[in-house]
Parts: sequence; C-alpha cells; structure tokens
Amino acid sequence: MNLRLNLVAVKTIIRKEMVRVLRIWVQTIVPPAITMTLYFIIFGNLIGRRIGVMDGYDYMQYIAPGLIMMSVITNSYGNVVSSFFGAKFGRHVEEMLVAPMSNATIIIGHVAGGVLRGLLVGLLVTIIALFFTRLQVAHPFITISIVLLSSIVFSLAGFINAVFAKKFDDISIIPTFVLTPLTYLGGVFYSISMLPEFWQNVSKANPILYMVNAFRYGILGTSDIGITHAYVILLAFIVVLFTGCMILMRRGVGIRE
Amino acid sequence: MKALSIKNLTKTYANGNQALKGIDLSVEAGDFYALLGPNGAGKTTAIGIISSLVNKSGGEVEIFGHNIDTELEAAKACIGIVPQEVNLNLWETVGNTVANQAGYYGIGGKLGKERVEKYLRALRLWDRRGDIARSLSGGMKRRLMIARALVHEPKLLILDEPTAGVDIEIRRSMWDFLTDINEAGTTIILTTHYLEEAESLCRHIAIIDEGTIIEDARMSTVLRKLQREVFVLSLAEQLREAPTLDGFKTRLREDCELEVEKGPESSLNDLFRQLNGLGITVVSLRNKANRLEEMFMHLVENKGADA
Repeated sequence: MNLRLNLVAVKTIIRKEMVRVLRIWVQTIVPPAITMTLYFIIFGNLIGRRIGVMDGYDYMQYIAPGLIMMSVITNSYGNVVSSFFGAKFGRHVEEMLVAPMSNATIIIGHVAGGVLRGLLVGLLVTIIALFFTRLQVAHPFITISIVLLSSIVFSLAGFINAVFAKKFDDISIIPTFVLTPLTYLGGVFYSISMLPEFWQNVSKANPILYMVNAFRYGILGTSDIGITHAYVILLAFIVVLFTGCMILMRRGVGIRE
Repeated sequence: MKALSIKNLTKTYANGNQALKGIDLSVEAGDFYALLGPNGAGKTTAIGIISSLVNKSGGEVEIFGHNIDTELEAAKACIGIVPQEVNLNLWETVGNTVANQAGYYGIGGKLGKERVEKYLRALRLWDRRGDIARSLSGGMKRRLMIARALVHEPKLLILDEPTAGVDIEIRRSMWDFLTDINEAGTTIILTTHYLEEAESLCRHIAIIDEGTIIEDARMSTVLRKLQREVFVLSLAEQLREAPTLDGFKTRLREDCELEVEKGPESSLNDLFRQLNGLGITVVSLRNKANRLEEMFMHLVENKGADA
C-alpha cells in the first residue's frame, strides 16, 4: 500500500466531507442547534425546575451532557449515512472506487468526516448549553476520549447503513426505529437508578447508556455505570464495525455489481 | 508492451444474465482501440470489470502487466475512466470535482492545483471552475468527466460513449483532443455508437455481441473485408431510367441521384469509364452509409461469418 497516496486521499475525502457539511449548513448545523435549544428550554428550564435535583445536580446540568452526546451520535451517524448513500445514489462513489486508494482509506475518510461534523455540532450544543447552565469538566481526558470514540462508533455504523441502503427510506429506518429510541432510553433524561431493577438490567444492554453515562462522568463526575465498561464496549464496537466495513467494501456489497 | 490483456473473461449477473462469455482482448500500448457492439452486448460490463466497478465471474485482466486480482491498486493507477452515464457529484464545483479526483490518486498540493488548471484549460472549463457541475450543459459535463479522468495522467484512458448527446462542434473538438493525447502516448479504448467516430479515430477495432468477441483486428483489415459498398452519385441531369453498368447494380433516385452498388471485383475507375461512355456527368459522390457501419451491421447480423 502506498502510504503517501493514501494520506493525500484521506485528506481529500475529509476536505470533501467538510465542504459538503458547510455547503449545506442549513441542513447539517442549524437543525441540531434549534432542536437542542428547545430541549434545554422545555425539558431543562420549564419542566426541569419541577423535577429539581438528580444525582446531586440541577436537572438542566444533568441532561446537558446527554443532550450533547445525543447530538454528536445522531450527527456523526447522519453525516456518513447521507453522504455515502448520496454518493452511491448519484454514482459519484465511482470516483473513489476507481482510484488506487485502499478500502480502509475510503472508510477512515468518511468516518473522520462524520466525527468532525459530530464534534462541530457537539461544540455548538455545548455553547448553547452554557447559556442555560454552568458546566465544569471534571475529567477532561475521559470527556474528550468518550465523545471521540462514540462518534467513531456511530460513524462506522452509518457507513454500514449506507452500504446496505438501496433507497432513501433505508437511511432513515435505523435512525428512526433504532437510534432514537436507544438514545432516549440511554439515560439522557434520567438516571437508570430511578427504574425498577429489571428495567435497570435491560437498560444495561443498551450501548448508548454507557456512552451517555461515561460522557456525563467526564463532565459532572457522576455515572450509572463503570467507566471501564464504557471503554471496553466502545473499543469492541469500533473493532467489530470497522472489520464489518472492510469486509463489505472488499466484497463490494451495495457498491459493485 | 500490452496496455490491456484480457483472457477468458466471464461475467454472470445475479439474475442469471451471462453478459460476458469468455472474451479475450489484447490492446497494445499507444493504440487507439474501438470496442463496438450493439446495446447490451457486454461493452460496459467489460469496462466495469477493467475499472473494478464490476466483479468478474472468471478470467484474467492485466493492465500494463498488473493483474487486477493481485495488484489492483497498481492496475487502477494506470487507468482513467470516462463512464457512459454522468456520474458527477452535481453539487460539487467543477474545480473541486477535478481536485478531489487528483487527491484520490495521491496528487495534492501544488502539483494537484497545476494539474487541475492544466486539464480544465485543455477541456475549456477553466472559466467555469467555481460553478457547480449541475449548472453545466450536457457537453460540458462530458468534458468535465474527461478532465477528471485525465488529472492523474493515466497510461490507459477508457471512454464509454464519451460523445453521446454532444453536438457536432464539441464532438469534433473532443476528437482533436483525444487524437492529441493519443499521439502524446496515452493508450485509448473507446466505445461509441458513432461508427464514423470509431473509423476516423481508431486504429484497431473489436466488435462484441452477446458477450462474445466476433471481430478483433486492425481497422484497415476490417474495412478491407467489406464485400460491397453503396455509393450515391449526384448527376448533372436527371436520368429517365437507371443505366445498365457491367459489374455494378444501379438504382435511380430522385433529385438527379443514382445509387450504385459496387462488389469487391470492380473498381471506381470501371464505374467512371462506363459512365463517361454513356455521357453521364457525375457532380459529386458519397457513401450511402458509413463503411464501418455497413461492416458492423453485417458482422452483427451474421455473427462473425466472413463478410
């Protein structure tokens, strides 16, 4: 493998992805900012006052890390799935397939694009959160590493969704019927200690619970789960999903006849 | 050196359609090669396999000695491809479209920018570099795809019907451009439905039909096989009836025109000698149909039997 060629190629894909994100900023940046502002106003400010304290924090402070993580997850996933499926649909994915870069380069370039959009939106939501509450980062390394790893996981998942998708409906099914429910049930708005023991155990099967809680631990210093568990799960997902992406690309599933 | 070597290439699609039934092709470096065939003959499938957009079912493909099974990246680096259908990102600017393609081939920085300018200028698109591809006309999109395919300066350029739907002026300027880059050393494989285009540009021709190669020879050799040619003669005066000419079949047309069918044993000298003898003045002469077109139709209809 020609390392220099692949480095230039991955940089090119990342630049292309960022140009796309900024070109359609009304679709990529503005909606999450508006949605999260509404969450902070309604759940944090209006309803949150009546809820009071959760795990020793104001409700607004408690939900802020979860909402930031939710926006990172959905935007990382959404960026890769829409960009790569769009390239398949418009057939300009062929520009990359005929080039001598490796499959790993194509995957890493798109994942990096998803991560950058996820982090950009996450940063924007964090700034919005600071208008409503005070946030002090308790564990900076954990905060940054968890958000980065979570973003990589969902970018890879978005890539797999895009590979299998044959029509535009197929790229909204997973976000609507899997991602959103798992995020809402992943402890964004509540602590699972509020649930009966049975539902606490069921919740622990939800990988997003570990991401949200580990991120919350990084910012607030409180979590429903062990941080080591979160790292193990995130790294395991990255290995499995990246391997899956590589196999799909090598076989040409959804992209080669 | 072989630019392209294909041996016993087969492709059967998931629906059971056998698009290629074991084709062999060999293209010399520097050649200008026409790959012709009716719709659905297997041309685009063959090109798809060469450019790794389609998985083959069997056989071997080598590009400048690089086997696509074992040295795919090296093989890909040698090829530039202009597909039949527009596959541009229509929302990307003209400049970025070509710059991105350079980047995918590892050409970035100053060299990348120089190449983008060189090929956009060559294809007369430099002034449109800031416009999105969607805003270009059909001919401009085709030219952009050629610039994109050339930005890494491939040794083998494959064009799948590059002039389809392009007006005659742009088509002829494309012909000049392709001739220039072929003369500069780039091997070109061209598929086209315009047989006049293939005849005027290409030195070698292969005809594929129903997944099988039915002709593969130098253009001059193929055209020599043509057993009959039909000419349309414009006459100075309208004749009352078609003249009887020894060794020729004649048919009178309207507007002072005479159709003459010539066999392999007769010559145009014979024809004009006999017409002079009858006092018939010929103002001009043209082929009724393109010679390659007649040959192509004959071969496809007779599946490779001698013409």
